[in-house]
Amino acid sequence: MTMEAAHRFPHKHLLSLEDLSRDDIGLVLSVAASLKEISTRSIKKVPTLRGKTVINLFFEPSTRTRLSFEIAAKRMSADTYNIAAATSSARKGESLVDTARNLAAMAPDVIVIRHACSGTPQLLTNHIDASVINAGDGAHEHPSQGLLDLMTVQEHKGRIAGLTVAIIGDIAHSRVAHSNIIGFTKMGARVRVAGPATLIPPGIARLGAQVCSTMHEAVDNADVVMALRIQTERQNESLVPSLREYARFFGISSRTIAAAKPDAIIMHPGPINRGVELDPALADGPRSVILEQVTNGVAVRMALLYLIMGGN
Amino acid sequence: MASPHPPLLLKNGRVIDPVSGTDKRCAILVADGRIAGTGKQFRASSLPAGARTIDLRGKWLCPGFIDMHVHLREPGEEYKETIASGTRAAAAGGFTAVACMPNTRPVNDCATVTALILEQARHAPARVYPVGAISQGSRGEALAEYGELKKAGAVAVSDDGRPVTNGQLMRRALEYAGNFGLRIISHAEDLGLSGVGVMNEGDLSTRLGLRGIPRPAEDIMVYRDISLACYTRRPIHIAHVSTKETVALIRWAKANGCQVTAETAPHYFTLTEEAIGKYNTLAKMNPPLRTLEDVAAIKAGLADGTIDAIASDHAPHSPLEKEVEFDLAANGIIGLETAVPLALELVRAGVLTEARLVELFSVNPARILGVEGGTLAEGARADLTVIDPARKFVYTRDMVVSRSANTPFLGQTFHGKAVLTIVDGMITHSEL
Repeated sequence: MTMEAAHRFPHKHLLSLEDLSRDDIGLVLSVAASLKEISTRSIKKVPTLRGKTVINLFFEPSTRTRLSFEIAAKRMSADTYNIAAATSSARKGESLVDTARNLAAMAPDVIVIRHACSGTPQLLTNHIDASVINAGDGAHEHPSQGLLDLMTVQEHKGRIAGLTVAIIGDIAHSRVAHSNIIGFTKMGARVRVAGPATLIPPGIARLGAQVCSTMHEAVDNADVVMALRIQTERQNESLVPSLREYARFFGISSRTIAAAKPDAIIMHPGPINRGVELDPALADGPRSVILEQVTNGVAVRMALLYLIMGGN
Repeated sequence: MASPHPPLLLKNGRVIDPVSGTDKRCAILVADGRIAGTGKQFRASSLPAGARTIDLRGKWLCPGFIDMHVHLREPGEEYKETIASGTRAAAAGGFTAVACMPNTRPVNDCATVTALILEQARHAPARVYPVGAISQGSRGEALAEYGELKKAGAVAVSDDGRPVTNGQLMRRALEYAGNFGLRIISHAEDLGLSGVGVMNEGDLSTRLGLRGIPRPAEDIMVYRDISLACYTRRPIHIAHVSTKETVALIRWAKANGCQVTAETAPHYFTLTEEAIGKYNTLAKMNPPLRTLEDVAAIKAGLADGTIDAIASDHAPHSPLEKEVEFDLAANGIIGLETAVPLALELVRAGVLTEARLVELFSVNPARILGVEGGTLAEGARADLTVIDPARKFVYTRDMVVSRSANTPFLGQTFHGKAVLTIVDGMITHSEL
């Protein structure tokens, strides 16, 4: 690699964006920007991480994130192994700590973990020497998603500082929202959130977000509008009465988006409930950057693996 | 428990006996398991043959401390704690007696289990007062047999660990317990509100992405229980108070003549939710650790008499229950060995007087449970706790007497601890 980084990445693990400084984030984004080109070559592979072992340890179903990490590692020539909860010993009642110790005995360099319980990546670091990358833990954080969202906005707007970002939907249960609120505010953007009050958690303002009581207030003059996935089970928990009502009052439509800046972009971390949190016409329309987010996901994860395994 | 052992002359100690209003340096003579006399000094010729003299200069001599809320885990979870190991931890922590909660396996909801506990405790170094269940199996459906429980030796009833969800059942429990002079100890929690929560709900739970338990989950049920106690004219005891609103409710209820008593645990006046840090499961309990405001309110409640007792809520768990994902970790920490040192911090800080400390640990628990104790009067049972307020120590893993070591206080430096514990005139723990 020919990367000249004035700032070295000082972290062994990536557990949350809270742990990263502005400079750390800037470094990830610039490395990701230069690695992105690799994915456009006819031979999409560089030897940088040859001989390194990356284990994707996924305790929750995931297609996009798991595949994105796997492709990122393979394009850097690392060896990757996927463990899905359905086939792992977690099903046989093995504790996470035992799983960690067994994996540690096989000397991986990086473990990418997704787990339904917040804080599980932290627990893993207590019992394993390998680097740990959080690929989403409970309602806590999804830092690589936050970084790929920052990268996508940076590409489109040329900057992050000074922008207004509206995040709409289930803030309470969304690790994507948490990482984005932390990441965007850290990089100097203003973040507004809106959604059913039942899905706006206490203390979200403390993370740096401005809580808006109406959709219009949140979206008004925004540069970025991000919809979050609404889980169907929220209906059973009395958090929203029905998806139909949700779509009507909290879904992002062309009417809602009219209040945003004319060049505002529309984002979604996927997978989309089409017609619920986002009008399909908008998802597929010219302002949507949803598929670019996916493309940038690979670049950001290549950068993370590269930086965490010691750079060059 | 009584067996022949030499008389003891405990001299030069600061004798603190709030019931008689005593707080002065004097000597106490113990013989035949009873307090045989109190005086400035005893003439050698007046001492019984074979009496052993112990110099307690600089120490406090108090009526035996009673921890009215512990989990001894036997029967059923002996890998966490046994009656033997738990009572050794009690003695080491300065307690002469403990009241053990019924959430064992099986639940202590009948005379057989109560009798088994008492049989196992026969030679234990601390008295064990079993607490029976409010409902059969603590399932919250049908009353347990309070008459049988009382006859077998239960001193109170509680479904601790689980709230009594059904208001009607709680009302009937209060009424029926009155027939047998058993007090209801309430674990007050609205399960609908606490839901799948694992910590206090607020800024920090949002930041950590953990589900919160809002404060009303406790307050609402405390009010229900106070209301039912007033209505039925029966006494009720509120366990492990954690919120400032609960303190205010209890203060109000007492001012209005309700027979309500309450306890809190040392972690609720010492720690806040911040102790969770990076998902430390040793700071996970139910009710959850709250905020600085709650800590302040609980201290005020301890000082002004709103809260009657300090109880450890000693809850042993093995690493199998604690070295796991935060959401999956069991609630609770051990506390028998740190309760007195943590409460002594409040005395050092001027929050509590020495006499108030003795009320909270001895006089009031004895009164609430209706058991002998809490006094140094002549003829009283010689259950005694001696405190060295100047003893400085670091609480290390090696010191832990309990079978489990799930405590966030390991490594902490304390100033003051119980250095001599005497039950029935017999020394059960000494590090003079």
